[in-house]
Amino acid sequence: MDFTIILQAGIASGTVLLFATIGELFSERAGVLNLGVEGMMLIGAMSAFSTTIATGNPWLGVLVAMLFAGLISQIHAFIVITLQADQVVSGLSLTFLGAGISLVLGEGLSKAGTVALLPNFSIPLLTLIPILGKIFFTNQSVLVYIGYLLVPLSWYYINRTRPGLHLRAVGEYPSAADALGISVFRMRYFYVFVGGMLAGLAGATISLAVSPGWFSELTTGGQGWIAIGLVIFAQWDPIRAAVGAYAFGALRRLILDIQGPLVLLGFDNPFYYNPYLGFFLQMLPYLFTVTVLVIGSREAMRKRIGAPAALGNPYIRGERGK
Amino acid sequence: MTNQAPSTSEIPLIVEMRGIVKRFPGVLANDHVNFELKRGEIHGLLGENGAGKSTLMNVLAGLYRQEAGTILVNGEPKVFSSPRDAINAGIGMVHQHFMLVPSQTVTENILLGLDDPRFFLRLPDYDNKIAELGEKFGLKVDPRAKIWQLSVGEQQRVEILKMLYRGVNVLIMDEPTAVLAPQEIEGLFETLRAMIAQGKSVIFISHKLQEVSAIADRVSVLRRGVATASGVASKGVSRQELARLMVGRDIVFALDKKPCQPGDVVLDVRDIHAENDKGLPALRGLSLNVRAGEIVGVAGVAGNGQSELSQVISGMRECKKGQVLLGGDTVSNHTTLYGIQHGMAYVPEDRTHVGSAPNLSITDNVIMKKYRKPPILKNGLLDMKAAAKLANELKVAYDIIVPNVSTPVRLLSGGNLQRVILAREISGLPAFMVAVQPTRGLDVGAIEGVHRLLLAQREAGAAVLLVSEELEELLSLSDRVYVIYEGKIMGEVNIGGETPDESLVETIGQMMTGTPLDQIQKEGVAAHD
Amino acid sequence: MTESTTANKKRGSFRIRVEPRLNVPPAWYPAAVTFGALIVALILGGVLISFAGGDPIKSYLHIANASFGDIGVLSDTIVKATPIILVALACSVAFRMKLWNIGAEGQFIMGAFGASTIVLTPVLSAETPRWIFIPVMMIAGMAAGALWGFIPGYLKAKFNVNEIISTLMLNYVAVAWVNFWIFGVWTEGGFQMSPKFPDTASLPRLLDYAKTFPILRGLTTHLGLVIGVVAAIILWFIIFRSRWGYEIRLIGDNPQAAKYAGINITKNVIWVMMLSGALAGLGGMSEVTGVVHRLQTAPIAAGYGFTGIIVAWLAKLNPLVIIVASILFGALILAGREIQPSGVPKMIQGIILVCLIASDFMLRYRIVIERGEE
Repeated sequence: MDFTIILQAGIASGTVLLFATIGELFSERAGVLNLGVEGMMLIGAMSAFSTTIATGNPWLGVLVAMLFAGLISQIHAFIVITLQADQVVSGLSLTFLGAGISLVLGEGLSKAGTVALLPNFSIPLLTLIPILGKIFFTNQSVLVYIGYLLVPLSWYYINRTRPGLHLRAVGEYPSAADALGISVFRMRYFYVFVGGMLAGLAGATISLAVSPGWFSELTTGGQGWIAIGLVIFAQWDPIRAAVGAYAFGALRRLILDIQGPLVLLGFDNPFYYNPYLGFFLQMLPYLFTVTVLVIGSREAMRKRIGAPAALGNPYIRGERGK
Repeated sequence: MTNQAPSTSEIPLIVEMRGIVKRFPGVLANDHVNFELKRGEIHGLLGENGAGKSTLMNVLAGLYRQEAGTILVNGEPKVFSSPRDAINAGIGMVHQHFMLVPSQTVTENILLGLDDPRFFLRLPDYDNKIAELGEKFGLKVDPRAKIWQLSVGEQQRVEILKMLYRGVNVLIMDEPTAVLAPQEIEGLFETLRAMIAQGKSVIFISHKLQEVSAIADRVSVLRRGVATASGVASKGVSRQELARLMVGRDIVFALDKKPCQPGDVVLDVRDIHAENDKGLPALRGLSLNVRAGEIVGVAGVAGNGQSELSQVISGMRECKKGQVLLGGDTVSNHTTLYGIQHGMAYVPEDRTHVGSAPNLSITDNVIMKKYRKPPILKNGLLDMKAAAKLANELKVAYDIIVPNVSTPVRLLSGGNLQRVILAREISGLPAFMVAVQPTRGLDVGAIEGVHRLLLAQREAGAAVLLVSEELEELLSLSDRVYVIYEGKIMGEVNIGGETPDESLVETIGQMMTGTPLDQIQKEGVAAHD
Repeated sequence: MTESTTANKKRGSFRIRVEPRLNVPPAWYPAAVTFGALIVALILGGVLISFAGGDPIKSYLHIANASFGDIGVLSDTIVKATPIILVALACSVAFRMKLWNIGAEGQFIMGAFGASTIVLTPVLSAETPRWIFIPVMMIAGMAAGALWGFIPGYLKAKFNVNEIISTLMLNYVAVAWVNFWIFGVWTEGGFQMSPKFPDTASLPRLLDYAKTFPILRGLTTHLGLVIGVVAAIILWFIIFRSRWGYEIRLIGDNPQAAKYAGINITKNVIWVMMLSGALAGLGGMSEVTGVVHRLQTAPIAAGYGFTGIIVAWLAKLNPLVIIVASILFGALILAGREIQPSGVPKMIQGIILVCLIASDFMLRYRIVIERGEE
């Protein structure tokens, strides 16, 4: 087993989580918890795949995926921002709705065969870096490289720009922002939309790059939920989010690949000879998510850092405080 | 300090509000109110809690939209659909609850919502600018500090700076002294006078008569949403007159209070230490005691550990060191339940978030501390008929105005909700009660009711610890007053039956700003020598 | 302090104003709003079905016919509704305390697993009489479900771990866990399923009595329905008439006030999660012994856990209303199997939940239309 190859594939699979996690991070930074990530990712995966089949253009597929998922996210935005309903239940309903719609519209897509995929390429010179060059910069999908750019850009945007300042204010203390003429409603709608688009992009990354095709709900397999867990682990910081996402991607790949070889570390591979042991491997990402949550939550308790203060609360003008 | 006021008619009006009407569900907050502000004056806006002062000014600041009436700024009619519009017209407001983002720095808070910087924040450039501006108006604060690290007084300065940075000409201050110690108030007044000297105008909202007559050039008074005085010169009107305009009748300052007959020590707080929510020390070796049959006050500027003190006593906060004894039993670091079972009643400062369950009925709320025992608990189940009966009895006894006891308490007014809470706490016949800010946000009638209930407790032989930021309230109710500063007791004074004299108030004021009593006395003796 | 939102819209000389309700609406009003939301959801679903190339009216008629058309299908509807009742009860008790247990699916699966261990280990031999077998399986199922609820409850109470994520993650773990056993240990002929259970380990069904009452021939409704209804009644008493239920309601409405009233929240979080898990586990036991008769993941992990969330919400967390709402959803699932495209029932469930949440606005606010002053 060549671990660099596994890590290389892991980075690609982590890119899915990266997009979804950063998307959710933006939404939560603005004070809106959106539990519908899984549903929006399914919408994205389905619409990216079916658009690409219909048009032959994967870029168009990505675009449609982002727009469609962004559009679906606005249902949640309307319910929790304008109608001030409970964000948890509304997010859940978005998950159902997204899954249902993508199943209905994706009917028959799983038999559709192959499509034109997004290009893979290597970055000259950077590939020459020992080990890292092979893992990060060799024969990766263009979306992986977009992911690399997204992380520092998101961090810079949130911490060092004017709109980022406003974003933080809206999530921490909306009435302060409102009193200075920042439209809390508009900002929240916008960042929920951004979250939706990135979740759609995450879905498109699955169906057009990482594991091409449409396999109904198995396409995402709970990665939307893992992304929400990662946001907590990341303590709402894009850089930590990237670390978590790539680590999880690598873990997922490792689990897939560990069952292949006959010999593992010089021993007969138990997972090859007893395939049912593979079910324990399948549990790992989910158990890891719980572990990571425990670590993240304990750290947050110790350092007394927490979610954006207004996360989960509707903003009603005239009600002071949080 | 004298404000040169030439013949008043020559000074141009900077703001004029005509016939402002603002309604909230169930309340007419402003009923055709007129208001005029002249350039370069400090205008006091006086009224009781709930008289509609803040509402009127929120309309002027663009936070609320009036249902009728017009606003003129420099003679031109203006429509404000957001606070930003008002700021653009030169009107800014410093709210009673500061509108500052705790996790951001002073500079970041001041830059919020501005068009400059356009996209990239280059904070160091702006830090200097803000420091300079602060210098100019005597508002010292570190631009790089995070808001949560600042004291309340400093935060207020940031709020004022925020408005000055936006170039406002009219500054509205909503109850600015409520969070300040007497000595800090003087500093604020100096800042306000400096602003006037530079051609700005200030509207000063308050319900405290002395302050308004001390700082304001002219005064307007609101009562129940109606203007009872508009722009009278503060020199030409007596306090009694203003009081009548505010309340509609003469205020009775003295309460009918029988002499104190203290019994045994009921509550004994010994050298307690505790942390606040941020993990910083909030109580540092605090001791006090309360005897049966007396009301003991805790005075202090907001945020000096009062909340933490009441929480440690009630068992809701961890006591790091020291202990709280109730009738000889240690109650600190036990469960809240332990205190309740040992006869402790607690009226928390936050009525809606701590003291009640908003979506549950009045019945469910009054049995909060009684559901574990008969008659509410019967055969292991709750007897809801008995609970409703209890609720109805309390509704009558405590004058809770509501159609029926199955109403969710979120629909009650502040005064009614406080009566529900007091009814629940007092009907448990407590040996000891701690009440924190029990009258905050209530109207005068409700305040009087609460005061009577507290005095009745005292006469029934209960020990009462009253934590309040209203010095007047403490002086009129308490038998003794402790002064708290940064989590320590600065000293203890006895309040006699007679009206408290000026020197006593001054002593308390000095203690509120951190001078221990023994030091004050030493200096006092030294001065006499 | 509540003040009116500034959602003013001017239409000609009319003003539409939205303001918070300051009184308690009459009892029929919430029911009417919920009913209205259901109707709107069905209309929206119809639009989407026709968009996807189906015929909405035909689909709905089909659903009605295939689930309530005669006593046979009605019985099948009730069979589908049975697990939903128990899972929805599980969700409702957790939700009432604002514990977002969305892991009822996993607790359900673990309940089925726990009950199955009694047969498959075997703890009891196949000859054990039914009246011993069934209670023992019920206890085993509830215990396994409670364990699966305990884990996230404990993590929430001790480390403040977000229960939404942890319960959801445990769903996937539960499926993998059961797959391991039925594939690796209890497999029947290499398939992912256990051997069939003996008759003594099955819940009695109506058709078992067809010899005496011929009318019952072919009716698959089983004892699980009775278990579900009894559980609902008991839960109603717990919530509205017991000390514990009062504490649950108080914590759910305002944890600070509960703490203030001397209630131990940590302990209650764990207990309520265990109760919730036990109810879901009971549902899994009922399904595996009443319908499937063997341990097998596909028919058990069929999404009942998620339907339960919607049903609990539709019933406004009231245990007795849950019974009725479950039957409606049982119909949707039963009839939905034959509808094309196959995602329709899931989509309609999603739309119903969206509409229900949106309709809550109508309970909290009232919309006033008046002639404008301007």
